[in-house]
Amino acid sequence: MRLLFFGKLGDAAGGRERQWPVNSSGLTINDLVAAISKADPALGVSLEDETVRCIVNEEMASRSVKVFDGDEIAFLPPVSGG
Amino acid sequence: MIRIIETAFDPGAELAAFETRVGDAGAIVSFVGKVRGGAGGASVNSLHLEHFPGVTEKSVQSIETKARARWALGDVLIIHRFGELAVGEPIVMVCTAAAHRRDAFEAADFLMDFLKTEAMFWKKECRSDGESWIEPRDGDYTDAARWSVDARGDG
Repeated sequence: MRLLFFGKLGDAAGGRERQWPVNSSGLTINDLVAAISKADPALGVSLEDETVRCIVNEEMASRSVKVFDGDEIAFLPPVSGG
Repeated sequence: MIRIIETAFDPGAELAAFETRVGDAGAIVSFVGKVRGGAGGASVNSLHLEHFPGVTEKSVQSIETKARARWALGDVLIIHRFGELAVGEPIVMVCTAAAHRRDAFEAADFLMDFLKTEAMFWKKECRSDGESWIEPRDGDYTDAARWSVDARGDG
């Protein structure tokens, strides 16, 4: 699946985009974040922050939502427009 | 009309075009936000604004929809930049047209409060002493909370 990181999360991830392997049964975003934490603890801490929101395939999603191979999951820190 | 753009724009020309477009609306309010030169002592050299193509546009559209549900508005123009911006350049412009001034004033204020707190943009300041991502201030959330139904003194 395709992971996108915006704002300061892009710095933490070392880039705006990452591919993440996932098996065919999928996993929840909570489980995905736990797996990322294992592989990259510093990025994991940033993603566990409760102010970080998730968007799956361009729609806002809760972390209990299940995601599958082919999905695009974006992690968004608090916005600062205007 | 919503425009999320990378290139610089001319607020004067945009306002003139908006005035022509709205025809006989009795009231027009415009706001322009620009890149500030100083923050906490260190001078700001430039600003980098990130957006989420497709999703950012939807987030701005939903803010306009909320404003339209609340005030009787004619045309609305929202321009927001992304990419690299120099100090002094306009970042954002909001124009509202209405039959009466109160609707136009309040809607423009509301749109700006929510562009600050809900529109999908992330801002990085490049200063003389380094770079940092900007987090919303508490005041930005307080400003947006003024518009919640509970906070309205007059109902």
